[in-house]
Amino acid sequence: MDLSQYFTSSDIAGITPEIILTLTALVVLTLEMARVFRPGIILLVAASGLVLAGTALVQGGNDDKILFGGMLYLNTFSMFFDFLYLFVGLLTLIFSQGYLEKMGSETRGEYPALILFAVIGMMLMTRANDLVMVFLGLELLSLSLYVLVGFLRHNLLSNESGLKYLLLGAFATGFFLFGAALTFGATGTTNFSGIASAIAAGTVLSEIYLYLGIGFLLIGFAFKVALAPFHMWSPDVYQGAPTTVTGFLCTAPKAAGFGAMLKVFMIAFPEAFPEWQDIFWVLAVLTMTVGNISALVQSNVKRMLAFSSVSHAGYLVMGILVKDIAGVSAVLFYLIVYSAMNLGAFAIISLAEKDEQSLTFKQFRGLASQNPLLSGALAIFMVSLAGFPPTAGFIAKYGLFSAAIAKGYIWLVVIAVLNTVVSFYYYFRIIVNMYMRDEKVGLQPSTGLLTAGILALLIAIVFILGITPGYLLEITVDVATAVS
Amino acid sequence: MPLSLLFYFAALIAVGSAILVVLNRNAVYSAIFLVLCFFSLAMIYLLLEAYFLAVLEIFIYAGAIMVLFLFVVMLLNLGREKALPHFMKFQRALSLMLVILFFFGVSLIMVVGSGELHQPTIKFSSGSVYALGEALFTKFLLPFEVASLLLLVALIGTVYLAKRKI
Repeated sequence: MDLSQYFTSSDIAGITPEIILTLTALVVLTLEMARVFRPGIILLVAASGLVLAGTALVQGGNDDKILFGGMLYLNTFSMFFDFLYLFVGLLTLIFSQGYLEKMGSETRGEYPALILFAVIGMMLMTRANDLVMVFLGLELLSLSLYVLVGFLRHNLLSNESGLKYLLLGAFATGFFLFGAALTFGATGTTNFSGIASAIAAGTVLSEIYLYLGIGFLLIGFAFKVALAPFHMWSPDVYQGAPTTVTGFLCTAPKAAGFGAMLKVFMIAFPEAFPEWQDIFWVLAVLTMTVGNISALVQSNVKRMLAFSSVSHAGYLVMGILVKDIAGVSAVLFYLIVYSAMNLGAFAIISLAEKDEQSLTFKQFRGLASQNPLLSGALAIFMVSLAGFPPTAGFIAKYGLFSAAIAKGYIWLVVIAVLNTVVSFYYYFRIIVNMYMRDEKVGLQPSTGLLTAGILALLIAIVFILGITPGYLLEITVDVATAVS
Repeated sequence: MPLSLLFYFAALIAVGSAILVVLNRNAVYSAIFLVLCFFSLAMIYLLLEAYFLAVLEIFIYAGAIMVLFLFVVMLLNLGREKALPHFMKFQRALSLMLVILFFFGVSLIMVVGSGELHQPTIKFSSGSVYALGEALFTKFLLPFEVASLLLLVALIGTVYLAKRKI
């Protein structure tokens, strides 16, 4: 039997980053088993695994490759996302240093190992060229996240959010699988290009089953990236999860969800797309409005940021709706900026937290006189999230809105701009509390040198991309051209 | 058409017992209805000529997993459940309405659009495990390996979350 039609050594070479990450995770777990409790060592091993995987990615080059008989499709698009995941994973590991002990849990090797597994899952999601692989990547990511969210075993809130995420996530998985099965029934294949050519050639056996399949797939994705009305899990989960995990949860997996969604809807269902525009339009408006209105009334900072990330997902859907090169490149740019801002904001909140209770707005009163540097950093991230120039948040929003206007979605952009104005209230509320209310505060955030350096790097990213976005824009336009 | 009648019979039992799993207030009854659901699913696999899958369904799900389930439920000695307060007044009615609307909407679409669908290219008929193994190790090699990672993560997570002292 000739096996070379299914896989060759070059296929194995293509998944070197995943192999490296898997081996690193296993080494970390073995260290844990051998009772190597120095957190520095475990962190160092995990971080070097991520860096090594990044080097392997660079070595692999960015030419288009189809691996394992069409299971994976590597190009600049997947590579762009791979680097984003590796970067976010690395930063999360650094920020998590000492956080778990502060929350009353001992350092565990499972934590970095699960983050590595989550990174593998996300890489598979955007590299996939087959619904089967998207599903497996999504599940690998979700399972790791369920455990990470409930990682503080003795914290009731963390347990609750882990269980809630597991139950609702399993429900969404059912929708995704059902959609994949219906799509297979209608087109006879789960391969993206196979589905596209079946639709183009008119060999689809049942149009209605195909549309039903696409709809169910969309529900599965919408749950994972928390689009309204499938966002109900996100505030509870974001609040209960360890804050460093929340930072991870609202950046990289969201990017992975949008990346996989872009790939499915641009490669597999391009012909069926025009019928779906209205649905994306409604989803975008609903998501940004519900997220913003709900964020207004929150008193807990983590819940506020959860709803704010829901509304940002609404802006991102606009990019999928637009779907041309400008729209996709705006989405990619937005994802980078959004990840930097949210990682920084959650890192500072995790530094400020002192026990198991998560922080409310009131507790931030007078923080500026207590710790001016950290307050300044948090203020910068909030200003950028709100979308003020000269921060990167402004350029990111501007890119999305102008792409939508160019396609004629005037009303959509009007609603989005109104939403942005509403969002100023809750982003600035935290700044007002930090700077203008003088009260004695109990918060005593302390930073290590490494964490402070990374925060400075994130602030630099926010400003550099806000003032001279040209370099990254060139890259995102290149990447967007590769998929459309 | 005795075979299709058999299918409707099995499908009816599967859906009915699945609904009873959710509606039952006693955990032991729920578990037993779940066993019934698995058996009817195995019957559907048999009708699809997937004999190996049918055997696995009964061995693993109805056999191993459900016996463990029942044991745990009985050993835990669950008391009467407490009803959680509802956040909205008409929450239950509203959710029931939406579920029914969704269920009938989807079934209506499926009945109207029913036609021939694509069949799997690899047949597992005549009880052949060989074809299944060959597919797993050739065309679906990568998914197969990723599934092993998935199980590893599930294992790590369960041990971490459930073990009393780690």
